[in-house]
Amino acid sequence: MNQRHEHAMYDVDPLHHHPPQADLEDTRLTHHQVMQMAVAELLIEKNIVSADELRAQIDFMDTITPARGAALVARAWTDAGFKDRLVADSKAAAAEIGLDIGPIPILVMENTAKIHNLIVCTLCSCYPRFLLGIPPDWYKSRSYRRRAINEPRKVLAEFGTEIGHEVELRVHDSTADMRYMVLPMRPQGTGAMDEAALAELVTRDCMVGVALPRP
Amino acid sequence: MTDRRRHHDMGGLPDSEPVPTREHLFEPWEKRVDAIKALLSDDKRNLLTTDEMRRGIEDLGADAYERYNYYERWISSITNTLLQKKVFTVDELGRKMAEIEARQEDKPL
Amino acid sequence: MSNRFAIGDSVRVRTAFPAGHCRTPFYCRGKTGTVTRYCGDFRNPEELAYGVYDGARSAVYRVRFAQTDLWPDYDGPAHDKCDIEIYEHWLVGEDA
Repeated sequence: MNQRHEHAMYDVDPLHHHPPQADLEDTRLTHHQVMQMAVAELLIEKNIVSADELRAQIDFMDTITPARGAALVARAWTDAGFKDRLVADSKAAAAEIGLDIGPIPILVMENTAKIHNLIVCTLCSCYPRFLLGIPPDWYKSRSYRRRAINEPRKVLAEFGTEIGHEVELRVHDSTADMRYMVLPMRPQGTGAMDEAALAELVTRDCMVGVALPRP
Repeated sequence: MTDRRRHHDMGGLPDSEPVPTREHLFEPWEKRVDAIKALLSDDKRNLLTTDEMRRGIEDLGADAYERYNYYERWISSITNTLLQKKVFTVDELGRKMAEIEARQEDKPL
Repeated sequence: MSNRFAIGDSVRVRTAFPAGHCRTPFYCRGKTGTVTRYCGDFRNPEELAYGVYDGARSAVYRVRFAQTDLWPDYDGPAHDKCDIEIYEHWLVGEDA
């Protein structure tokens, strides 16, 4: 490693200078990265998983983004019947628009003028992964896991979200076999927007309940 | 009393830290850990339940949250469960890890 | 399956502190809430975590607690709530 750096320092002939490839050359694998590679290779050698399955799984995960949840929200905002079906049975409702939201039941918690919902997992980091993707770092943080449950209004304020005291704040601790998504309220002044434009307003954080959609 | 509450069970514990807003993009190796977990837990393999992985993370100890990041905890837990289930042995794992580290050393400039 | 509780039932979470893996948060143990939903029958995480894949399924409920019941110094309004999924063996009927 040091030699390589010296080489770069003193041999400045541009024709012989390697362009930087930080991902490939400059970073040593950590102990846990080596462990990950070893586990993957052993699983492949033992025919427990194949390299193709691993690649396909990563490609699949990359397709799961908060846009999926946003599509459901936008449809619910424009079709009251769909909203009722989404709250009653999210898997069936999602299938109507061609989305498979996976094997774990996802309960859709509807925000109203009287109720605001917030999702946390105090025990680990359960999250509606089949709908929104991998949970963000803040959702997995100790601070969020400790505080979202007993001082949720303070936590919301840190996200710039003020919920009036006339509104019931309902925190859902995702402890077991359900997962949760918040169905935010459609913002004022969006009457002229179509479904695609509405979906753009629905961020990941809105569907966890820490933010509100802004027109 | 403190022993009654297990370290991962942290809802409501006093914490003056604001929720950190900095986020990182998921690195390829983190996605591979995630993919390994998903495949091991699917119906075809059924080798690892989410609860086994959670238990393994809890059993890394209270300081694991300071010492390891999220996917480091995952791969540690997954690896321990696979060893326990005789999917591979400690010796196989050790040799494979040494081989991977040696490949790194040999990487040409 | 058993399904002992109905929506609207008042239930208390057992005051228990097992040393192994479980999914009942510490902060709700011994607290009383109201059943708001039956989620279905699921295998017990306390068995799944230790490699028991074929254990019995039992009911999981969503139980709603008043935040002021969970946290004596809760600083929000009295109508704020906390909903938690709890496995049946952790629940005791309050009028039993």
